[in-house]
This record gives sequence, C-alpha cells and structure tokens, in this order.
Amino acid sequence: MARTLYDKLWDSHVVREEPDGTALLYIDRHLVHEVTSPQAYEGLKLAGRKPWRVASVVATADHNTPTKDWDKGIADPISRTQVETLDANIREFGAKAYFPFLDRRQGIVHVIGPEQGATLPGMTVVCGDSHTSTHGAFAALAFGIGTSEVEHVLATQCLMMKKARSMLVRCDGRLPAGVTSKDLVLAVIGKIGTAGGTGYAIEFGGDAVRALSMEARMTMCNMAIEAGARSGLVGVDERTLDYVRGRTFAPTGERWDRAEAQWRTLVSDPDAVFDATVVIDAATLAPQVTWGTSPEMVTSVEGCVPDPEKERDSTRRDDMVRALAYMGLVPNTPMTAVHIDKVFIGSCTNSRIEDLRAAAAVARGRRVARNVKLAMVVPGSGLVKKQAEAEGLDAIFRDAGFEWREPGCSMCLAMNDDRLEPGERCASTSNRNFEGRQGAGGRTHLVSPAMAAAAAIAGHFVDVRRLH
Amino acid sequence: MQPFRVHTGLVVPLDRANVDTDAIIPKQFLKSIKRSGFGPNLFDEWRYLDHGEPGMNNAKRPLNVDFVLNAPRYQGASILLARRNFGCGSSREHAPWALYDYGFRALIAPSYADIFHNNCYKNGLLPIVLQESEVDRLFADTAAFPGFKLTIDLERQTVATVDGALAYGFAIDPSRKHRLLNGLDDIGLTLQHAEAIRAFEAKRLADNPWL
Repeated sequence: MARTLYDKLWDSHVVREEPDGTALLYIDRHLVHEVTSPQAYEGLKLAGRKPWRVASVVATADHNTPTKDWDKGIADPISRTQVETLDANIREFGAKAYFPFLDRRQGIVHVIGPEQGATLPGMTVVCGDSHTSTHGAFAALAFGIGTSEVEHVLATQCLMMKKARSMLVRCDGRLPAGVTSKDLVLAVIGKIGTAGGTGYAIEFGGDAVRALSMEARMTMCNMAIEAGARSGLVGVDERTLDYVRGRTFAPTGERWDRAEAQWRTLVSDPDAVFDATVVIDAATLAPQVTWGTSPEMVTSVEGCVPDPEKERDSTRRDDMVRALAYMGLVPNTPMTAVHIDKVFIGSCTNSRIEDLRAAAAVARGRRVARNVKLAMVVPGSGLVKKQAEAEGLDAIFRDAGFEWREPGCSMCLAMNDDRLEPGERCASTSNRNFEGRQGAGGRTHLVSPAMAAAAAIAGHFVDVRRLH
Repeated sequence: MQPFRVHTGLVVPLDRANVDTDAIIPKQFLKSIKRSGFGPNLFDEWRYLDHGEPGMNNAKRPLNVDFVLNAPRYQGASILLARRNFGCGSSREHAPWALYDYGFRALIAPSYADIFHNNCYKNGLLPIVLQESEVDRLFADTAAFPGFKLTIDLERQTVATVDGALAYGFAIDPSRKHRLLNGLDDIGLTLQHAEAIRAFEAKRLADNPWL
C-alpha cells in the first residue's frame, strides 16, 4: 500500500503496539538542553536508573546563556545553577556529544543538531522543546516532549504514543523575490490557524518547498508547532543529501552509500493518501507581519491592522480586541505605519547563515533608524557566527548600527538578559508573539530576517521589496 | 503519580481561547531545577500587578483583582474551565506542574494543544475534552451559580453537576485511563518490555550502523 513519509518513519520505529493503538516508539536521537532536563535527570537518579543509550544524547546549553560579555560568565545565579546542573548531569550520565557554554560549537540545540550531522534522515529525534519539529526538514520524525518524557526516553529509549493523522501542506508555484519560507509558513498558519495542525504531522510539499534550501525548510518545519502540529516534515532530495554529506556525525564511505540508498526512499509515495490536504499559492504571497498575540494573527505587509468589528465569531472578536489592546494598535492602521523600538534577528527559526546573509544584504551600507533603541543579531551557533565573520557579515551589521552577539536562544524567549521592556515594540525573526514572550508587556511582530533588517533601517515596518 | 478516580471540585472559568504555556507559567520561573513550587506563579502576568521573579514573596505582591483566579468566589477551585486550544506553545511541563501545584486536578476545554495535553496525563492532571456547546453551557452555569461544582468520574467517564441534573460523557484512551486510575509509572510499564526494546534496538543498529 502507498505510504506517506510519516507512515514510513512511524512504521520503522514501532517496537510494539497495544490493542488501542498506543505504540512504543524507538527514539534514535535525544537532544538535551538545560531548562527541561534537570528534573528528568533527578528522576533518573531517585529511581536508581541509568540512561538506556548514552550514544543517543547530544546536549548543549542555550536558553539561559548570555549573548555578550562571555568572559564574565553567567551573571544571573539561578540561570548559572541551571547551566551548571546540566554540566554535572552530562558528567555523571554521559552523552555522545556535549557543547557546553563557551564551547566554540555551542548554540541553539535546533541549529547545532543539523549543523553537526547529529540529525540524520530517517531518525526519530526528540527534545524537551516544542521547536524540535525543525529537524523534520531532514525527513526525520522530530517532535517536542515534556520533561516526564525526557526522563522516559533517557530510561527506556522509547516513548508511549499514538500515531498522528497526516496533513499535506502543498505549496504551489515559486516564492517571489523578497518573499521567504518564513513568510510562507506564517501564511500557512494564518490560513489553518494555530490549532489547524493539532493531532497531525504536517508534510510540507509542492514546488515552492522543493525549491527551498535546507535552512529555509528548517524555518518552515520549526513553525509547524505554531500551527499546532508536533512534527513538520519535508521529503529527502538532493539538497538534503548535499547538506548532510561531510558533517561531523554523518556516515562516510561505504556506510554513506548504504545510508543514502535508504534515505532516498524517505519521500511520500506518489499515490499516498493524506488525512487532510491544504493548498497554498506561493507565487502570490507578499512578505508577512503578525499584528497580534498569536502567530495566526498575521497579515501581509501591504495590509492593515484588522478591525474586530468585522469579525462575526464572538470568541474570535474578543481575542482580537484583547490582542489589539495588548499590542497598542488601532484597527485599519497600515502595517507600514507601525513604528518599532527594537529588532531581534535570531532564534531557532531564523539564525542560520542564510538568514544572516539575507539580513546583511538589506543592512549593507545603511543605518539603523534613530527611533530604534536596539537592533541585535544573535547567530544560532558558534559555527554560524564564525562563518558569518569569515564572510564579513558582522562588519556589515556593526557598520549599520546593529549589535553583533554571541549565540543562544536570547530574546526569542528572554530567559537571559535580552528582553523587551513593557510597551516596547519589536520586529522579531522568532516564532512566538505571545503576550510577555519577549519580556513582560513587550509587543512582538514576527517577520523574516530581511523584513526585520528593513524595519530596523526604516524604523517602521516596510515592504523589503520596495526598500531603496 | 497520584491515582485519579472521582473528583468533586469548585469550577473556575477562564474565558479566552489559545491560552499559551508562556501565560500559564512565564519563562523566568523555568530556571528552577525542581518540579514543585510553581503554583504561586501560575498565570503570573495576569494574576499580579507587578512583575514577578523567582524568589519573591508572592503573598506580599499586589493582586490583579480583575483576574478571575483572584475572585473570592473562585478561591479553592480545583477544576479549570477553559476555551479551545488551551496550552498551546512551548513544551514546558512546568505548565501542568504549576496547574497541579495551584490545586487543579482537572481541566475542561473543547481542545488542547498536543504536547500540553500529553504532559497533563504524566502528572495526574485530567484534561477533559467536551463539545464546544457543552463547554458554553458550563461557562453559563459557572457564572450563574456561585459555588458551582462538578463531579468528575474517570471510571464512568462523566462530568456531572453535584445534583446529577446535568451530565456529559467524555472520551479518553483506554491505556491513559488505566494509567491514571491506578497512578501507574510510565517508565516502569515500559521497562516491562525491556527485552522487546533490546531486540528492536539490536536490529535497528545493525541495519543502520551510522546511528
């Protein structure tokens, strides 16, 4: 029978299945960071258990780490304790690889997994972080888990779960110049809603996705969770193989040949049936900007802040009124008239080399607007930072008035010192515009890296395609 | 984990959709390396007028009297009535930990985000799904009758008013129900299949030596 990519990945990892469909699913790669792992290791210790397969664990510290003054260490004692707890746990229990704070390969867990070749096609990949969906860009079944499940995977190498339904998001046509995969995935979320993918594994397909780089595909899969889907997927093609080949933990020689032959089968069969299909025309998309406090509250940069009066559903109308009050926005204001205070270019969504190149191309030879208090660029990893510096991107950013920082999660969730103050408005390349996400009272607008850089230069949102 | 069988409790209504886990427990409290103590910071940004940080004496902080959890009539509530897509966003298990630590034992909503929904079961917190119309009715009744309580019977899979006048059935996976009713430890259950896992693993690593 014809199978979807999700079917193939699921089938190849089922250890056993209960009569009600609850399966024990084998986990190949376990990514660990400092925030969601301490209680899991503590549970392991209390029960006198050991990790089932140390070679599956790849760990790093990313959420709490500062993005400047690394020579001074971590100032916040609570953050420092959490990072040191991870150090101690990895020392005690072991890992295939650990990239601690200050290591030159340290970075956001979802950036370094693929970068190191620790994420490979055909794997099951889990992490105590919802953006684990990122790794699905490699045709790996990847999803976020809670801390109890982190402990469960450490202790048993398995998870108890039921199979999700499958959804194909088919993106037809080609993205126009200046429109990116971030805009595409925001448009998908705008169309199906933040719960549209709940209970589904989403496969992104169609000509527009086939034409995307691996970095751009990671951006899309990263935000599958913002559409409610725990997993996002893209089938294997030449780009996938080209990206993986030669990475630190990727196979070589005869093993590569065997792996490649297997990986090439990791696509949905042509006549596979999905439980749901959504079609989006990529060719007509404009750059997107969110206006509210949920990623589904999104419009084109050519659009206006929506008017709740025109919404018929009362719950939705109440949500809109509340969101606009929080965001300090007036209905029917053109998005390009919305001025910003800060700019954040970074996060597991958009901090890879290609993202930094796109932002630098806009920033080159220009200056950050006077009304912008802070424009910061936070590379996704130490290796991304090094690559960007080798290309001179750091100089472009600095000359334009951006701050060039050390890698980490930074102001995506503001667990470290990088945050918005109450009422501050930010153009952000991250993934969540929830109330308080980037700092209590902070107002987040999600955009692509090029759009964020353009907003920094203009001081307000602007269509990057019209920036002269 | 504590078993969940029958629970009767006061209901508090949280009338907004898409409540995310950043709202349930803000990020600054995720720096803790413990599983307990999150209750006082549940919905921190909505519940208090000042900005909360770990280590503060929460009893002395100014309360937002407009937030429903602070209303005198809802003190001691143990059932949270919510709207669709409750618990969306991050995978932080601190969200169900905070809800449980506050005193909630069950949630009722038309839908939940997947990871949050799953995390609840791991902590003895029962996330019940009812029809949108049923949830609407419970919101109306909670507002209309001060001290409105519900009884949740997991064995029978029912949510009912204490006088039994109103009762709704709910669905739950048989295996999740079994684990909740008996307070079973998932890891212990899985390790009963250790031989099967070892056999699967040996074959998988042989077929995929690059793993």
